[in-house]
Amino acid sequence: MATREVFSSTASNPLGRPRGLWSALHLDPILLFLLLALVSGGLFVLYSGADRNFDVVKAQGLRFGVAFMVMLVFAQLDPSVFRRWAPWLYGLGLLGLIAVLFVGVGAKGAQRWLALPGLPRFQPSEFMKLAVPMMAAWYLSRHFLPPRLSRIGVGLAIVLLPMVLIVKQPDLGTSLLVGMAGLFVVFFAGMSWKLISAFFVMVSVAAPVMWFFGMRDYQKQRVLTMLDPQSDPLGAGWNIIQSKTAIGSGGFDGKGWLQGTQSHLEFLPESHTDFIVAVLAEEFGFIGILVLLSVYFLIILRCLFIAATAQDSFSRLVAGALTMTFFIYVFVNVGMVSGLLPVVGVPLPLVSYGGTSTVTLMAAFGILMSIHTHRRMITA
Amino acid sequence: MPWGEFKDTAAERRLFQRRAVVMLVIVFLLMAGLIARMYQLQVVEHDIYTTLSDKNRVQVQSVPPPRGLVYDRNQVLLAENRPVFSVTVVPERVSGMDATLEQLASILDVSEEDMERFQRRLREPRRPFQEIPLRYDLTEDEIARLAVHRHELPGVEVEAELVRYYPHSELTAHALGFVGRINRDELQRIDPVNYAGTNYIGKSGVERFYEELLHGKVGYQHVETNARGRTLRVLERENPVPGEDLQLHIDLRLQNRAHELLDGRRGAIVAIEPATGGILALASVPGFDANKFVTGISVPDYRELSESKDKPLFNRALRGQYPPGSTLKPMLAIAALDSGAVTRDYTIWDPGHFQINSAGRRWRDWKRGGHGWVDLTYAMTQSCDVYFYEAAVEMGVDTMVNYLAHFGFGEDATLDVSGALSGLLPSPDWKRATRNEPWYPGDTVNLGIGQGFMLSTPLQLATATALIANRGEWVEPRLLKDIQGDRTPDEFLPNETHEPLKLKDPSNWEFIADAMAEVMHGVKGTARAAARGATYRMAGKTGTAQVFSLAEDEEYDAEEIRERLRDHALFVGFAPLENPQIAVAVIVENGGGGSSTAAPVARALFDAWLLEFSATGDGALVSKTDFENEAR
Repeated sequence: MATREVFSSTASNPLGRPRGLWSALHLDPILLFLLLALVSGGLFVLYSGADRNFDVVKAQGLRFGVAFMVMLVFAQLDPSVFRRWAPWLYGLGLLGLIAVLFVGVGAKGAQRWLALPGLPRFQPSEFMKLAVPMMAAWYLSRHFLPPRLSRIGVGLAIVLLPMVLIVKQPDLGTSLLVGMAGLFVVFFAGMSWKLISAFFVMVSVAAPVMWFFGMRDYQKQRVLTMLDPQSDPLGAGWNIIQSKTAIGSGGFDGKGWLQGTQSHLEFLPESHTDFIVAVLAEEFGFIGILVLLSVYFLIILRCLFIAATAQDSFSRLVAGALTMTFFIYVFVNVGMVSGLLPVVGVPLPLVSYGGTSTVTLMAAFGILMSIHTHRRMITA
Repeated sequence: MPWGEFKDTAAERRLFQRRAVVMLVIVFLLMAGLIARMYQLQVVEHDIYTTLSDKNRVQVQSVPPPRGLVYDRNQVLLAENRPVFSVTVVPERVSGMDATLEQLASILDVSEEDMERFQRRLREPRRPFQEIPLRYDLTEDEIARLAVHRHELPGVEVEAELVRYYPHSELTAHALGFVGRINRDELQRIDPVNYAGTNYIGKSGVERFYEELLHGKVGYQHVETNARGRTLRVLERENPVPGEDLQLHIDLRLQNRAHELLDGRRGAIVAIEPATGGILALASVPGFDANKFVTGISVPDYRELSESKDKPLFNRALRGQYPPGSTLKPMLAIAALDSGAVTRDYTIWDPGHFQINSAGRRWRDWKRGGHGWVDLTYAMTQSCDVYFYEAAVEMGVDTMVNYLAHFGFGEDATLDVSGALSGLLPSPDWKRATRNEPWYPGDTVNLGIGQGFMLSTPLQLATATALIANRGEWVEPRLLKDIQGDRTPDEFLPNETHEPLKLKDPSNWEFIADAMAEVMHGVKGTARAAARGATYRMAGKTGTAQVFSLAEDEEYDAEEIRERLRDHALFVGFAPLENPQIAVAVIVENGGGGSSTAAPVARALFDAWLLEFSATGDGALVSKTDFENEAR
């Protein structure tokens, strides 16, 4: 198997393990370079998407500074620390989610934030994006892999519990992302294909049930609008029509930086947050999209490589799940902005303006770097 | 099971790596899917979205032309355009809608009607960032208060629009008419392109008749707008052609004087310059403030105007149809002379009544004992009814109707007076058609003194009087004097259709004019009191029209009934006698006698026009004529 050769030949691959200074800092230079390229390119697009508001760029830059520090700190920790702490973090996260339901603060009918005295405001659901895959990986990696059916059941329960709590906030988008992160752990752990097929059958049965009993009106509206944005061109469909117009009018090579009419004339809503990829598509065209998606693909490729070369199952499962969550971000966001998926509030990772998800994402990359750079000398 | 026991780590790694490859393939395929989607949007469908984007961005805006101004004959502004401010709200920019509306309601006077309309618009589908008007026509005070609170009210804007304003509306509402918001019917009629940016249209009067001229031609601009519709850049512009500024024959001073003279009464005054047909004054009292109608009158205000017993909205000058009574006698005298029914010296014995045959009904003269021997001049001077009864019977109805039609009765003879009614010139055909009754000889007798079925408007009486002043030369009454610019009124005034009234003996005009002068200056003249002390000679005829009944649905107290059952006082006349500058018709509803009530009003108007205002105007030759008359 050719691919397998690639993965297993790491020992002789000079890129496989950082050396010298990089090793001392516990950083992976390839991943770091790709992330920096994405972030700095993203700031240029953000400057345009925020209609030349340099304050927005400065704030985002500051946020990236903090996020990179978080990544650096996480990278210093040994993977075994994450493993040992996983159950505690998960438990803490659950407590946080329960607390949010009672004393949470937020806007637009959703309570997502927890404002504890003496602590900065934070979103427990965001924290769970890391804690859930870690917990699932901790549980499953204690036993033989692939796991037995009963352990898969427990693993799914670990995932489902926070999902339900997050849906109650209500925050469908984050709930799905957290769920995906957990499910990827179960998948990577070796859930049998039979079970996976059964799972998909179950989901396809559950979907109509969800539609009629589980979904709120605004959520249904989003799906309906996605299927036919023209049905409500001034209301819910406006965003999609305008973002498709922005993307389509960008053409092959774009209108040029700061030249996008859709975003600068304010036709495109959320142009510096969730819909920022439309700004990029309008101003840099299909070429820009190709470059962006290539960078994302390279990041994912590098991260999967890190996961595949990790030394223990816990690290592999966590690294694989975090990588795929990152991909889900990209796919859902670009799919939504280009009208393939319904509008769920998922930002374009490391490009969209916004704090919490950026920090979580960089923390995840910190964990990945930690996994890659902390290696025991004894081969297992 | 504790961590790390009996684990086949190599197998677990292989398992993970297989799964990772599967995931990589899925990632690759989904990424390819995204790229395919982007390719579809950006390359395949690029043209569609470019068009959509341009359509978004570039809007064709209509630029409404400023409406033409209206001046009186002395360049006094009668109708102008003033910026009117309205407050709008952009819901997307408002921090809290309820709080904002509450605060606005505390700063401004927002009625429930306004609030309801706003809430309705808020629920309707609309473009994001499109503003919704909350209240129109802010006062300067309110604008100032809004400006103070502006920083607390994001999303609240004050917008300006040019709206018609009549500085002297109480005086001019009936002469000028007014504009109002375009309604559904008018929307069907107007050119949608030319009115693309226009909200107002002439509803009545000059504003309606010269709508096309006053409106102008719409302009266009291609503008780049943002999603809020705010103009960022004008890409291309074709300027609108402003409406033409009009000058009317109306003299605001005379119009004002007419209103003063009728103040506290109900009535109408029409003054015409005989040489030009120009309407110098067109007053219907009481007037009303047409400005209220422009932006939309409130329900209580409208009820007050429409339910007032004085009927301020009723244009008596154009639409008030009254029996002309004795004011018709000069025209009938012309008819009688020219048709040969009487001669200048033809004399009758007036015993105080008239009978067609000795056994029949008696028509009484207004003077119980009769006037004795009466010739035509005396019949005019004393307004002898019996003389005109006889003359009418002698002429017959057809002859009378034929002559009266030449004087413009029974038709709207005006060129550009919108809404003028044609009165009623009765004839045997008319009576058969509408009442299914034959024309009785008595009807002819009644017509002989302007009573019976005959109805005319003050404007018609003034027109007929002007014809006598002109000695038979027809000049149709008109309001438009000049258009400021290189266009002439002739382009827009309808064609003159009336042939001059040629008498077999043209000197009969002078004879009748002299007889009318006797009414004013003769020792027996019915209006001699009104002409006392005049420095010029004038011609006139008094009249009285009986009020038959009150409308059933109107309620009056006893005092009012007595007042409202009094006769209407009428007067027609012109001055100076030889070189008439002004012809007037005056009606004072329930004014009693024409000689006591209406004639002094006319005299005051003559004085104003010939003596008071002429110092600044073109009436200088009046005094010369007067001296000649005095010398005679």
